Amino acid sequence: MGEGSVQQAHVHAPPEGFIRKYVFSLDHKVIGKQYFALALVAVFTGMILSWLMRIHMVWPNTKFPGLELLSKVGAPGGIMTPEYYLSLLTMHGTLMVFFVLTNAPFAAFGNYFLPIQIGAEDMAFPRFNMMSFWTTFLAWFVLMLAFVIPDGPPIAGWTEYAPLSAVGKDAGPGMAWGASLWGLSIAIFCIASLLGALNFIATTLDLRAKGMTLMRMPICTWAWFITSCIALLAFAVLLPACILLILDRHAGTSFFIPGGLVISDRLQPHSGGSPLLWQHLFWFFGHPEVYIAILPSIGIVSHILINSMRKPLLSSKVIIYSMMSIGFLSYMVWGHHMFLSGMNPMSALAFSFPTLTITIPATVMTLIWLGSLYGANIQINSASLFALGFISMFVAGGVSGFFLAQPAIDIYLHATYFVVGHFHMVMGVASLFGVFAATYFWFPKMTGRFMNEGLGKLHFWITFVGTYCIFMPFHYLGLIGNVRRYQSFVDDYMAPYIPLHKFITISALITGAAQLIFLYNLIYSRFKGKLAPDNPWNATSLEWSIPSPPPWNNFGGKHPVVYHDPYQYGVKGSKGDFVMQDSPEQVIVSGD
Amino acid sequence: MISSIASTASVQARSSLGMDRASRSGIWVGIFAITMSFVAFTSALFVRQGTTDWGHLILPSVLYVNTVVLLFSSATFEISRRTLFTGQMIQPGTARRGIGWLMLTLVLGLAFCLGQYLAWQNLRAQGIYLATNPNSSFFYVLTSIHVLHLLAGIVALVRLIGCLIASHATFRRSLFDNTAIYWHFLGVLWVYLLLLCRLKL
Repeated sequence: MGEGSVQQAHVHAPPEGFIRKYVFSLDHKVIGKQYFALALVAVFTGMILSWLMRIHMVWPNTKFPGLELLSKVGAPGGIMTPEYYLSLLTMHGTLMVFFVLTNAPFAAFGNYFLPIQIGAEDMAFPRFNMMSFWTTFLAWFVLMLAFVIPDGPPIAGWTEYAPLSAVGKDAGPGMAWGASLWGLSIAIFCIASLLGALNFIATTLDLRAKGMTLMRMPICTWAWFITSCIALLAFAVLLPACILLILDRHAGTSFFIPGGLVISDRLQPHSGGSPLLWQHLFWFFGHPEVYIAILPSIGIVSHILINSMRKPLLSSKVIIYSMMSIGFLSYMVWGHHMFLSGMNPMSALAFSFPTLTITIPATVMTLIWLGSLYGANIQINSASLFALGFISMFVAGGVSGFFLAQPAIDIYLHATYFVVGHFHMVMGVASLFGVFAATYFWFPKMTGRFMNEGLGKLHFWITFVGTYCIFMPFHYLGLIGNVRRYQSFVDDYMAPYIPLHKFITISALITGAAQLIFLYNLIYSRFKGKLAPDNPWNATSLEWSIPSPPPWNNFGGKHPVVYHDPYQYGVKGSKGDFVMQDSPEQVIVSGD
Repeated sequence: MISSIASTASVQARSSLGMDRASRSGIWVGIFAITMSFVAFTSALFVRQGTTDWGHLILPSVLYVNTVVLLFSSATFEISRRTLFTGQMIQPGTARRGIGWLMLTLVLGLAFCLGQYLAWQNLRAQGIYLATNPNSSFFYVLTSIHVLHLLAGIVALVRLIGCLIASHATFRRSLFDNTAIYWHFLGVLWVYLLLLCRLKL
C-alpha cells in the first residue's frame, strides 16, 4: 500500500454566486447534500405511496380525497382501482430502491465524507460529480412524469418483468408511456450511477493524503469504495438491459418478447424473444443492488459504533474483508431470484450454494459487532441507537434469507409476504437505519449544530418498534400463504388475517408519521440547533479535524498528513482517550 | 523564501501528479464499465441465439474497410505521440507535426463513422432493418452503441487538438495518453464486435 497517494491542490476555484454555490456546484459537499435532499423527497413520496397502498389493502373502498386529481382513471372519485394499486406499488419500489437506498447511504454521505476522510480537497472529477447528480435528478424527474401523463405509472412492479413490460399498452394501464418513462428513467439513472462510481473509485485510489494507506481508511470509506466497485459492474449491465427493453417497446425488436404471445386478446407482433433474458440481466444488477444499499450502512454503523464504544472493533480488517467477500459473491447469486421462473434444479443448486455462502461474511460481521459490544460502555445517543437498531434489523431480516436461499423452501415462500418482510427489513429499513445514524452523527459536521437528542430518541423508538410491528407479521403472513402484490384480501380463506393486516397498516401510519419528527428535527436543528464544536464526538477520522461546516476546500489549503489507523480509541492521548489520525503523537496501543 | 518556493513547487508537482493518476484510473475504470456493458450485450446475444427464429446475417463488406480505417487511426495516434513526446518540452515544429497526425486520426475516426453509416444503408437497401430479425437487431444495436462511444472519443480528440493548438508548451501529457488509451480500446472493442458479428450473426 505504500505511504498513501499524492493528493491534489484545490481542483476548482472557490464558488461564487448562488447558482455555482448551491445549484450547479462542483463542491462534493454541496453535491452530497443535493443527493440527500433528493433522497428525502423520494423517501417521503415512497412512504406516502405505501400508506395509500396499505389503506386501500385493508379498506378497499376508501375514498382518498384528492387522489382523483392525480389520476382520474386510476382513482375515479378518489377510490383506487386495483390497477392503480399496482402503479403505486411500482413507483414505491422504484423510488425506494433507486432514489433512496442507492442515493442516501452511498451517493449522499459518500460524496460528502469520502474525500474528507481520505484527506482530499474534492472528488477526482468535480464536473463529472455535478453531472452525476443532475443526471440522477433528471432520472427522478422523468420517473415522476409518469404520475402526470394520462397513461399513469406502469403496473409491472419495480422489476419490470418482461414480456408484460415490453409489449406496450396491451399489458394494461400505465404500460404504454408510463413503462417507457420507467425504462428511460432507469437508463438515465444507470449513466448517473456509473459516473458516480467512476469518481468514487478514482478519488479513493489516487487522492489519498500522505500517510493515508488503504488500510488506514475508515471502514465507511472502504464501504463506499467497495460499493462503487459493485455499482460499476451492476449498472453497466442494467443499462444495456434497459436499452434492449426500450427497443422492444418502441422499435419492434424481440429481445424479450416470445412469439405467439397473446395479451388482451391481441397476438403480439413479435417472435422468439426470451423473457428469462430480462430476468437474468435485471437480477445480475438486482442482487448486487441489495449490497449497494446495505454496504454503505454497514460501514457507517461500524464507524459510529466504534466511536460510541470508545474502543476499536474486535477486527476492523475482518469487517473490510467481509464486505469485499460479500461484494464478490453478490455477482454469483442472481439466479436465486429466479427459482420460480423455470430453472434446472442443478442451476438452482449452483445459485443456492453461493447464496448460503454469503451468510458467512454477514454472520462474521454480526459476531464482530456483538463481540465488540460485549462489555463495552457504549454512549447512548440517537446515532448509536440507530446503529444498534441497524444490527437488530440486519439480523432479524437476514435470518429469513437462510430459508429463501434454499430452492425447496423458496418455491413455497417466494410469492408470499415472507419475501416482502425479508427484503424490507434487511435491505430497506436496515439501510435506512444506517442513514439515520449517519445523519445524527454527521449533522454537527455538516451544519455546525447538533440535532435535538430528545426528538432523535423519540424518533428512534417509534421507528424501531413500528418497523417490527410492520415487517415481522409479514413473515408470519407469508408462512400461512399470503401472496404478495395483491391489492386486497377479500377471499374467505384470508378473512381471519384481515385484522393482522389492519394492525400492520396502523403501524405503518404511526411509523411513517414518526418520520415527520425526523424531518422537523432536521429543519429546526439546521437553523436553531445547539451549536456544536468541531469535534463533538471526540472522534478520530479526518473530517473531525476541520471546522464545522467544512470550508469549500475542506482543509483550508493545507495538506493533512496521516500517522495512524482510523480508530485509535481507548489510548492515552493528549486530548483524552483518543488520538486523531493526523496527530503526530506516538500511540502505544494499536487498534487492530 | 527559497524553501517556501520549493515547497509551493513541490505541492504543485504533487497536485499535478495526483490529477494525472486520477485521470488514468478514471479512464481504466470507464473502460472496465464499457467492457462490462458489452459483456452484457454479448450474454444477451448468446441467450437469444438459442431460439428458433435465429438466422444468419451477411455482413456488408464495407465493415472490413472500416476496420482497417479504425486500426490505421490508432497507428496515426501513436505516431503523433512519438512525434510529440520525444524530449522534455514540445517544440513548435514537433507540435505542428504531432497535430497533423492527430488531425489525420480525427479524419479517420470520422471516416469510420461514415463507413458504419454506409454499412447500415447497405443493409437497409436489402430490406434488413433493426426489427427484421434478431440477428439484424443485435447488429444495429452493437454497431450503433460502438459508434456512440467513438463519437465521444472524437469529442475528446477535438478537445485534445484544441488544447495542443492553444498551448503546446503547457500541455498535459496525461490528457494525450488517456485519450489515446480510450481510442485504442475502441479499436480493440470494434475488432471484438466484428468477430462476434461475423461468427454469431
